[in-house]
Amino acid sequence: MQVTVKLFANFRNNRFNKEVRTIAPDITVGAIVTELAIAREEVGVILINGRHGSLDQTLVEGDTLSLFPLIGGG
Amino acid sequence: MIKRLSKVTPFLFFPLSVGDDFVQEIAEFLQKNAEGGLLPFSVQQEAGQRFSLHIAEVEEISLGHDLLPARYQRNRTMISTQQQLSLLRSKVAVFGCGGLGGYIIEELARLGVGRITVVDPDVFEEHNLNRQLLCTQELLGIKKVVAAEQRVAAVNPAVRLQAFDVAFGHGNSAEILKGVTVAADGLDNIPVRLDLAEACNDQNIPLVHGAIAGWSGHVAVQYPGENILQHLYAGKKTGHGVEKRLGNPSFTPAAIASLEVAEIVKILLRTKPLLPRRYLAMDLYHMEFTEVFFPDGDP
Repeated sequence: MQVTVKLFANFRNNRFNKEVRTIAPDITVGAIVTELAIAREEVGVILINGRHGSLDQTLVEGDTLSLFPLIGGG
Repeated sequence: MIKRLSKVTPFLFFPLSVGDDFVQEIAEFLQKNAEGGLLPFSVQQEAGQRFSLHIAEVEEISLGHDLLPARYQRNRTMISTQQQLSLLRSKVAVFGCGGLGGYIIEELARLGVGRITVVDPDVFEEHNLNRQLLCTQELLGIKKVVAAEQRVAAVNPAVRLQAFDVAFGHGNSAEILKGVTVAADGLDNIPVRLDLAEACNDQNIPLVHGAIAGWSGHVAVQYPGENILQHLYAGKKTGHGVEKRLGNPSFTPAAIASLEVAEIVKILLRTKPLLPRRYLAMDLYHMEFTEVFFPDGDP
């Protein structure tokens, strides 16, 4: 099945801004994060179709996943 | 005809132990020496000496009589004299005096926010020089809150600054947040930010939150009863984000601090809030701003 993945800020470095990806059914957000070689502890806000999501949520055909890095500096 | 102050005494920084006649005498002096509705600082200073008043007290009497201190003249179309008086009577607590905090303190002082509380236990180190406004070569090894005091005094003597050279925590939150109108988050680690958000909610204080990493940052406002930081940092047990790896350049804290101050001013002036239940993610490398809405309820 296909989902759209949008990356923000430094997650785009050596990756992409937005990509339609073919994934296995029942794959979790966390598995996609791992597939993208992003450290899970560096993931901040997760949106699925514009709503708040989490690493253990699974995606369905046509979903849009947005990943923002965890930002805490001052 | 001199407009009499209404309810001025309870708001004075150093309540005058004298009657309205004295206030009127001061107001007459100010009006006589004002230029086109503006009060030059030299007159403000002279009034302070002549009547043994703090610059802030002179400023309060001036604003109460529709005289704008000349330093604020370029703000006049955005901030009325009456609103300037509201800013003077406000108290903003700034948590962290580093990258974000330095710019926040500077902008609040220039705006004429009458009371600023600053909280930071650290001293300046060489690696702060790339971005922290209050950090200069001469101040390496000096407490950040001391630098904040010096800077504010040099920029705007009408601002009264209260410094806490301690780390914010549950043990001191009530003391630090006492009488605060708005809290500004310029902290540098996630657990303390969450503690601050909780303390602000406990004390019914709006919190303007900002955080940075590399070219990126975000800003959000937590109104009392909301829990936006818990949404932003849901399940995060680590103290830091990607900033530990990416670092922070000079322009990112300046940009996010300015967005925070724009929100603070609107809360202080009770104008329409910009960011309820949403946060604004900023990416200066791709020059993109992304708006994210948060749902009601727990994360």
